Amino acid sequence: MTDTDTKQKSAVLSARGLRKTFGKVVGLNGVDVDVFPGEVLAIIGDNGAGKSTLIQCLTGALVPDEGTLELDGELVSFKRPQDAKDVGIETVYQSLAMSPALDIASNMFLGREIRRPGPLGSVLRLLDSKAMRDRSMEALQQLGIRTIQNPSQRVETLSGGQRQAIAVARAAAFGSKLVVLDEPTAALGVRESGLVIDAIKALRDRGLPVILISHNMPHVWEIADRIHIQRLGGRAGVITPSSHDMTEGVAIMTGAATL
Amino acid sequence: MTATQTSTKGPAAGRRGATPVQRAQHILHEHTWVSPLVLLVLSIAVFTVLNPAFAQPRAISLLLQQTAVVAALAVGQTLIILTGGIDLSVGAAAILACMSSALLATNGVLPAPLAILTGVLIGAICGLVNGALVSRIKLPPFIVTLGTLSVFTAITLMLTGGSTIQGTAMPDWMTAAGTRVPFFGLDLNVGIIVVGLIYVAVGYALGFTAWGRRVFAVGDAPEAARLAGISVNRVLLSVYLVAGLIYGIAAWVLIGRAGAASPNGVVDANLASITAVVIGGTSLFGGRGGVIGTVLGALIVQSFAIGLTLVGLDDEYRVLAVGILVIAAVAADQWIRKVRS
Repeated sequence: MTDTDTKQKSAVLSARGLRKTFGKVVGLNGVDVDVFPGEVLAIIGDNGAGKSTLIQCLTGALVPDEGTLELDGELVSFKRPQDAKDVGIETVYQSLAMSPALDIASNMFLGREIRRPGPLGSVLRLLDSKAMRDRSMEALQQLGIRTIQNPSQRVETLSGGQRQAIAVARAAAFGSKLVVLDEPTAALGVRESGLVIDAIKALRDRGLPVILISHNMPHVWEIADRIHIQRLGGRAGVITPSSHDMTEGVAIMTGAATL
Repeated sequence: MTATQTSTKGPAAGRRGATPVQRAQHILHEHTWVSPLVLLVLSIAVFTVLNPAFAQPRAISLLLQQTAVVAALAVGQTLIILTGGIDLSVGAAAILACMSSALLATNGVLPAPLAILTGVLIGAICGLVNGALVSRIKLPPFIVTLGTLSVFTAITLMLTGGSTIQGTAMPDWMTAAGTRVPFFGLDLNVGIIVVGLIYVAVGYALGFTAWGRRVFAVGDAPEAARLAGISVNRVLLSVYLVAGLIYGIAAWVLIGRAGAASPNGVVDANLASITAVVIGGTSLFGGRGGVIGTVLGALIVQSFAIGLTLVGLDDEYRVLAVGILVIAAVAADQWIRKVRS
């Protein structure tokens, strides 16, 4: 990467020398990551390569032992996931993080409810359900998700793809800097995956950078701008869908080839 | 687009193509209070046919008077069950609050209104103890409240030596909850009105505030709530605290109802309140239900008690009927929840 220096200035999130050990097991052995505006950065790697550890260090779920994180050129450190959220980094977890018994709007605004003064003024304020419903629909429409028409519908009545799309829309609505997606299409069928892939593209088109962790190589090659390959706790290299094809990428990932 | 238009609706949500059974299942699933309402109307209708005295103002007044205390305790129980927990110490906490305030007022340590407030405070402290053990030390609610059931009962017996304090020995304030309030031919009392206000307040907080949404979320999907930035521990602690506060208020209603403060007051309140909550359609798995169902559940149990007496059957038939109802209610909950798949 010869143009690293010029790009470095504009990186939204920039990690240097991230190291994380769990007892004697080395999870990350000094990894660098850069995310630039408006790009989809895919992170691929075999099981145990450190993908999850890496994104957990980027989103405050884990605190790295060593290394630095810069957001828009300023040093940051996250002790908890909430710290990352507070500066505009939203994560969509594999486990979906939805409450099935609550409706779509309540889930979109879970923990960040819109409120208005109730009968007791500022004590026990009323939920502004209408505002939450309207803004939920706005967020979904901005990502081109048209299969959901009623924000009062309970999440448990939705398909897996629709739930995942809502999770992406929620992250997009609150993530002002970066959205991290952990295996968003892992449990979905072909058509359902398409829904989520389209939502990710819409997200990128709005200029919000996306980190995508995925095992699904066709999806990665379809939407990623750059691909970060993790191997044995380190960064094996960064490629693009045009510089390498899928077979070469997988070869690097498994150690059959090197960059 | 035709395919995507129908795909937004859940399997049973589609108005067209769904069988009447599926549609009924969907409505019951959306509104957990519908089944207990139907059951209450049915039981009133049946008992009225069997004995017309059941529909008279006297019987209805009695129904409300007898339901008030359990209905109040069941509000706290509902909140805790909504978080996926259970409170076995509800009766013991109420009795501890009841006896402490009665002792303080009788011995002239505190003026009666302050003694009542202290009782409410002691209820809140009981709730706080449960809540701290559940949320901070992460013990299962069943075990925590099984333990505090004994602890609160023991403290009560140590304080009172097991003796009842008669209403005549206490200042009027202590028994004021029993003061009659005529209402359109019905014979209500202050306690019933207080319990009604508790329902309105908790119903509002659950249905229309962010706190309410979080209570449901914590009961339904604690991990999702945590990832959404909700402090699950704080929500749990607040729920047990509010429940304890309600037990403390119920303690005063109990003194008014009984006209005395007795350490044997509501010994079976834990089971009675859980019964009311479960028959009221609140799921024991948490995250689903509400207080409207609970008051209906409490009324159903009491209407069976009065109705069967009026029909001339002994109390064991009430116990039998309530037992069958509880099992039927949980079975119905399981069936209704199948709408998910």
